[in-house]
Amino acid sequence: MTELQAEQAAVVPRIESQSQRSRYRDVLIALVAFAVLAILPMLTGSKALLDFVIRCSAFGLFATSLNLLVGFTGMVSFGHGMFFGLGAYGFGLLMQRTGLPVPVGFVATLVITTLIAAAIGAICVRLKEIYFAFVTLAFQMLIHSTILSWVSLTGGDQGLRGGIPRPAFLGIDLSNHVHLYITSCALLVIGLLLMRQIAQSPFGYTLRMIRDNATRASFIGIDVWRAKLTIFVLAALFASTGGIIMALFVSGAYPEFAYWTISGEGIFINMLGGVTTFLGPMVGTVLLLILNDTVTRLTEYYGIVLGIVILFFAIGLRKGLMDFVVEWYARRRAGTGERG
Amino acid sequence: MLEIRSLSKSFGGVKATDNVTLDFADGSLTAVIGPNGAGKSTFFNLITGALRPDAGQILLNGVDMAGRSPPEIVRYGIGRAFQVASIFPSLTVEETMLAAVCADQRRASVLHRRFPLAETRDRAEHAMELLGLAGKRNRTAATLSHGDQKLLDIALALVLDPKVLLLDEPTAGMGTEERWRMIDKVKELWETQKITVVFIEHDMDIVFKIAPEIVVLCYGRILATGTPDAIRGNEAVIEAYLGTEHHAGVAI
Repeated sequence: MTELQAEQAAVVPRIESQSQRSRYRDVLIALVAFAVLAILPMLTGSKALLDFVIRCSAFGLFATSLNLLVGFTGMVSFGHGMFFGLGAYGFGLLMQRTGLPVPVGFVATLVITTLIAAAIGAICVRLKEIYFAFVTLAFQMLIHSTILSWVSLTGGDQGLRGGIPRPAFLGIDLSNHVHLYITSCALLVIGLLLMRQIAQSPFGYTLRMIRDNATRASFIGIDVWRAKLTIFVLAALFASTGGIIMALFVSGAYPEFAYWTISGEGIFINMLGGVTTFLGPMVGTVLLLILNDTVTRLTEYYGIVLGIVILFFAIGLRKGLMDFVVEWYARRRAGTGERG
Repeated sequence: MLEIRSLSKSFGGVKATDNVTLDFADGSLTAVIGPNGAGKSTFFNLITGALRPDAGQILLNGVDMAGRSPPEIVRYGIGRAFQVASIFPSLTVEETMLAAVCADQRRASVLHRRFPLAETRDRAEHAMELLGLAGKRNRTAATLSHGDQKLLDIALALVLDPKVLLLDEPTAGMGTEERWRMIDKVKELWETQKITVVFIEHDMDIVFKIAPEIVVLCYGRILATGTPDAIRGNEAVIEAYLGTEHHAGVAI
């Protein structure tokens, strides 16, 4: 064996152990995060705080899934909210009309989302940049209009009324607030873990290549259309899960869940938290919901305050909060290294 | 063997490639030259699937590539580097190489494992060593010098183990010294990798020094093919480059 061969033979187990380590580290962080969230109801009696976390779970999954498109693949979707709405309505309707067990209703909703996302994505991902953005918006408006006009099925502008049945399963009763809270946290943590796995997989790097230079990616043998469609559908599944959590939380589904403003909020959350770090959208979600809850309590001019915050991040920082923090930390470390 | 048969492509009324027939033998090194607008890059775009030919065949070992998509053509073994370095700015050199090998191994869609895959390492390492980029493996592509970006672009094509490597002006935008370093590297790759290399080049010193075979294109047609000596003395080539009023007594 030559020296080079020996060196290469040593490299293979090292890479395998590195990638195993990074996966275990993520699982460990997820478990700790879930444990912290799970003991929260024991530490506080605040129903508002638990509600806040449930909303964070719904919007966090939605915003992080949008970042798989925007930040990782360079596909700015103005219509991602349609899958949030689809999840809420799909799950709500299935539970109201079929009486399925909750897990079956959950899976069936994801199957429906997959089919619709694949059909819409097959058309949209052929388009680039602004055309992609506006065609996704057009599909969102189509779904929103369908919800409004198909009154016999969706309840029209009144939404799905009468509550969503939630028969207990495996000892979990989602009518119980704490059970709903724990389930939402579990879905959030599992969802984030799965999205993290996507981002760190070879497919995640394929997406980065497409974002950077799609033409070049096709000249190294990547089927760009297929990769974009795959991530479009995967992102839709996580957004749909967010919608399901929201439907369970409010025990209904409303046309606003599928309106373009939901997609706008998703984009805003990504701008706020940052798109270059995996947890940026999650941080953005927490910030936006805090802003939302506090500002609306203090003033009726919520839009003005939000506009100022957007301007601060877009013009002042020119990046999201997590992007700023990570860059600042990297600069600081480099500075320390130089001095050392 | 790469065989081009009656290849044609028009844009409106302009014939960018006009009934071109050429053979590139296995392991050959050929320079494609021609004045600006001669159709050199269009010729490469047709071979690599960036453009669909109006007529003709592109046969790689007997299989017609005409009309196939770029990913398909790459899998058949035609790699390409671009005139303006076409890279992935946010990825490091190492990530770029590993991701390219993943794509070649049909593992670009793997979701259940983490990047990088151990089985992709050797080829990526080999390509970085070959192009002298191993020492810059942790640099993001955007921060590399122009010359290194061009090398990375070539490495991206080379790491896919192509049978035919097309280099569109590998020395474009480089200073004199860097230019010669690059062309020495191209020649070294050709000699060590035993692949068919076709390159477009404007610098005649380089062309005549390293290319055993030269193809001259003009207005989409083949003006001449042959050895450097034959091309140097070809009246039609001199006329195409310098115009009729200048060519008496002038050598390219």
